[in-house]
Amino acid sequence: MSQNHGSAAVPTCPGCTEPLESGDLFCGVCGYDLSSAAPCPGGHPTLVMNGPARQPEQAPQPEQARQPEQAPQPEQARQPLPAERPRQERPEPAAGTFRPATAGQDAASAPVSARLPDEVPGHASDGTRIGPRAGDFELPAPVAAPPAAADPRTAAPLAAPPVGSKLCVACRAGHVDPDGYCENCGHAQPRERDHVERELGAVAAVSDRGLRHHRNEDAFAVSTAALPDGSPAVVAVVCDGVSSATRPDEASAAAAASANEYLLAALEHGTHPQQAMHESILAAAESVNALATAGHGPAGPDPHRHQNAPACTIVSAVVANGLLIVGWIGDSRVYWVPDDREGPPARLTEDDSWAAQMVATGLMNEAEAYADERAHAITGWLGADAYELEPHTASFKPDRPGVVVVCTDGLWNYAEGVDEMARALPADAAHRPLHAAQVLVGHALDGGGHDNVTVAVLPFAVEQRRAGLDRLAP
Amino acid sequence: MANFSKSSVPRFSVDVYQNEYLPEGGREVNAIVTVTATGGGTTGGAALTGALPAGNAAPDSGRNAAVVIMVDCSGSMDYPPTKMRNARDATAAAVDTLRDGVAFAIVAGTHVAREVYPGRGGLAVADGRTRAEAKEALRRLSAGGGTAIGTWLRLADRLLASADVAIRHGIVLTDGRNEHESAEDLTAALDACAGRFTCDARGVGTDWEVKEVTAIASALLGSADIVADPAGLAEDFTRMMENAMGKEVADVALRMWTPVGVEIGFVKQVAPTVEELTQRRTEAGPRAGDYPTGSWGDESRDYHVCVRVPEAGIGREMLAARISLILPVAGDGPPEVLSQGLVRAVWTEDLAASTTINPQVAHYTGQAELAQVIQQGLNDRKSGDFDGATAKLGRAVQLAAASGNADTAKLLSKVVDVVDAATGTVRLKAKVADADEMTLETRSTKTVRVKK
Repeated sequence: MSQNHGSAAVPTCPGCTEPLESGDLFCGVCGYDLSSAAPCPGGHPTLVMNGPARQPEQAPQPEQARQPEQAPQPEQARQPLPAERPRQERPEPAAGTFRPATAGQDAASAPVSARLPDEVPGHASDGTRIGPRAGDFELPAPVAAPPAAADPRTAAPLAAPPVGSKLCVACRAGHVDPDGYCENCGHAQPRERDHVERELGAVAAVSDRGLRHHRNEDAFAVSTAALPDGSPAVVAVVCDGVSSATRPDEASAAAAASANEYLLAALEHGTHPQQAMHESILAAAESVNALATAGHGPAGPDPHRHQNAPACTIVSAVVANGLLIVGWIGDSRVYWVPDDREGPPARLTEDDSWAAQMVATGLMNEAEAYADERAHAITGWLGADAYELEPHTASFKPDRPGVVVVCTDGLWNYAEGVDEMARALPADAAHRPLHAAQVLVGHALDGGGHDNVTVAVLPFAVEQRRAGLDRLAP
Repeated sequence: MANFSKSSVPRFSVDVYQNEYLPEGGREVNAIVTVTATGGGTTGGAALTGALPAGNAAPDSGRNAAVVIMVDCSGSMDYPPTKMRNARDATAAAVDTLRDGVAFAIVAGTHVAREVYPGRGGLAVADGRTRAEAKEALRRLSAGGGTAIGTWLRLADRLLASADVAIRHGIVLTDGRNEHESAEDLTAALDACAGRFTCDARGVGTDWEVKEVTAIASALLGSADIVADPAGLAEDFTRMMENAMGKEVADVALRMWTPVGVEIGFVKQVAPTVEELTQRRTEAGPRAGDYPTGSWGDESRDYHVCVRVPEAGIGREMLAARISLILPVAGDGPPEVLSQGLVRAVWTEDLAASTTINPQVAHYTGQAELAQVIQQGLNDRKSGDFDGATAKLGRAVQLAAASGNADTAKLLSKVVDVVDAATGTVRLKAKVADADEMTLETRSTKTVRVKK
C-alpha cells in the first residue's frame, strides 16, 4: 500500500503520530479510534474508511485531484484528454483478487460486427421475470473462513503475536489471527472490499460496504484506454451482487472485471463503442455463468445458503470520441449532470425492476411503485439462472461538459430523482471526481447506508456548445 | 488437520452447525459441533455409517490398552444364584473378547476390592494362556459381603496405573446399592479416578440405584446401562469390550476459546447421549478452557455449545468461539490440535435470517429437554406427584415422537399409556415393572441424530 505521507499539514494520529488520510476512522498503524479525535475537515464527505486506505493510482494529474483549494480551471477541464498520454497499464479491477475465467478475452477473436444493437431504454423488460432478489437486505452466508491449519495460540499460548500481525481495529488490544478474527475480542477484521477507492484522473470510483450489510457485494472497475486513432477512452463498470443468490460478491467482481477487460480490448481494436458495450455485457454474463458451474463453494450443509446461481447487475459507461455510451442489465443506474447545471440533469438508464415495469406499463405511478415492497425486485440480471439476456445499451452525444454518475441502488435509494442526484453531486465534480464519488457515497451513508454503495464518476468534456443532450439514433 | 504417522490413530474432523445470524441486540449464539473420528480401529458402540469394518485396526494396537473388569461379588449376587453364574459367564465372554496384547485384570468387588486375576498388584497380558487362567480364576468367584464401589475403582486405578499404555478402561458390574461406604467416599473415589481411566458401568437386576451407576459412567466418561435379565450379561459384556478395544486415542479434550466479553452459557455432549460438561472445564490459557471427552475409536459425537456475545451493530461479524479437539503431548509441550471449527456471530436486520433456528440446534435442544423431562417425570412419579409426572412424561412422549427417537418412545410406552403422541396426551400406567422404569431412567439420556 502506498501511504500518502504528504506535507506537514497532513493530520496525524493522536496515538502514534502516524500521518492520516482524510476519512480514516482508525489509525492504520496503531488502530487509534479517530472518529472522536479527528472531526472530518469541512467539505469532506462522511466516509467509512475502515478498509485499506485510499490507494491513489498513478494519477496523471495528481495536483488536480489532491488540491481541493485550487480554484477550478474550467478550461483545463474542457481540454480533451491528452491524446499523447500512453494508455494506462490495464488496471486490476477494483476487487482485484477475483479474476474471471474469461478474463483476457482477445478482441481480435471477437466478432466485430457493423450491426449495432437496437436497444431502446424503456422497452427493456418483458414483464415476466421477477428476480431472485426478493428482499433487498437478505444476507446469504458468507464464504467460510479459510481453514487455519493450527491455532497458533494453542500451539504456544503465551508466545508473542507474530511479527507483522495487525492490531484489531475493533478493540485495539488484540492481534488478528490468520483466519481474520481478533484473538482478543473476536471481531472480524475489515476486508479489503469493505471500502475501495480508485482514481485514474479522468475517472474515479468508490465502493463501500455501507452500514448495515456485513460485506460488500458491489464491485467496480475503472480504466482508460486509447482508441486506434490515439484518442482516449474512459471506461467505468459497476456491478451489484444479488444478495439472495450464492456468492454475490464473486459474481459482481467477475462481471466488473470481465466487462472492463472486454471493453478495453474492443475499444483498442476500433470496435464501435456501443457494439463493444453490448458484447462486454455478454462477456460479463458468461463469466458470472461460469461461477455457477465452478462449484467451489464451501462444503457443509447450511440452511441459509441459498443455492441460487451467483448473480449480479451491471452498468457501464464509456466516454470516447465525444460520445457517452451506457449499457446495463438490472437496476444499477447512470445519471448525467451538466457542469453548468443549466441544462437539465438526466437519468440515462431504465431499471430492470418490478417498479420500473409497473410504471412503464402504466399500472402504477412512480411514487406508488417505489413505495411497494416489491419495488426492488429486479427483472434482469447476469447469472446462470437468467434465461434471457437482454443487454440494454444507449449512446449519447452531450452538448456541454458534465459528469456521468454510474452507481448502484445503494446510492440512488438516497437520491432517486435526477434533481436530487444533481444536488448531491458537488459542483466541482468534473475536476475532483474522486472527491465527488466520496461525497456521493457519504450521502448514501448519511442517509442510512442500508445497502452497499458504489459510485463511479466520469467527467465528460466537450469542445463546443450545442443545445440539449442528444440521444443518437442507434 | 493433524497428520498422524500411525495409521491406527483416528483422524478428527469438526463440523459446526449453527445459525450465525443475530438480530439487532441479539447476544445468544448456539451451535452444534459434530466431532467425527475416522480411520482408527473398530467401530465403537454407536454405529457409524461408512465406518471401517471391525478388526481393521493394526494388529498390535491392543498393546496400547489396559482393561480392568470389576465384578460385584456381594452377598445379594446369590439371589437368585443365576446372577452370580451369569456374571461369571459374562466376564469370561469379555475376557474372550480381549485382543491379544491388551493388559487386563479382574477384580472381585464387595465391601472391599480383591484381585482375582492375575493378582500381586499387576496386570496380565492377554494371550491364549492368560485368558484360560483368567476364566479358571473366575470359577472360584463366590458371593458374600457388602458393596463399596469406591474401593473397587481405587484398586482398578492402581492396577491400570502399573501399565504404560494410552488407553485405560474399566468395566463395573453391580447389582445393588453402594451401601457399605458413604456417598462422599464414592464421589471422592470418582474424583480421584476422573481423567485417569474411562469406565463403563452396568447394573444387573433391579436392586441397584440408577443415579449411582449413571454417576460413575458420567464421571469416568463411559456408558451406563441396565441388564435387567442376568442372561443378557454375556452379550452386553462382549459388546462393551469390543467397544473398549476399538478405542485408539485417549484423553482427548474439547478446547473452547472465546473472545473477551463472551460468556459461556453451557457446553454439553448431546449425542450419542446427553452429558453436561459445563462445570467440567479446566482453564487452558487465556480465554480458553478444556472439556474432557475421554477416549475415542471410530465414532462421532455431537456437542451443543451456547455462548453469549457482547452486542454489536448490524453488519458486524465476530468469532464467538473457536472449538478445537486437542490431545495432550507427553512432557510440557503444547497439546496437539487435532481439528478445529469456528462458531461465528453476524448481526443482520434480515429477520428471516436471524429468527431461523438451525435444525440441528433445534433437534438437540429437544433431545436434551427429552432427557430432562423423563428424569423429572420419573422423580415426580416416585414422590407421588402424579399430575406433574403425567405432564412431564407426556411432554417426553411428544418430544420422542417428534424427533424420531423410537427407542425412547418405546421405553416410555411401558411407563405410560399413550393417548396421542402428537399432543403429548398420556395416562400413567397403574403398574409399571421396576425394570421398565429403571431402563427408561438409565437410558433417558440416549439421543438420536437429526433425521436426514
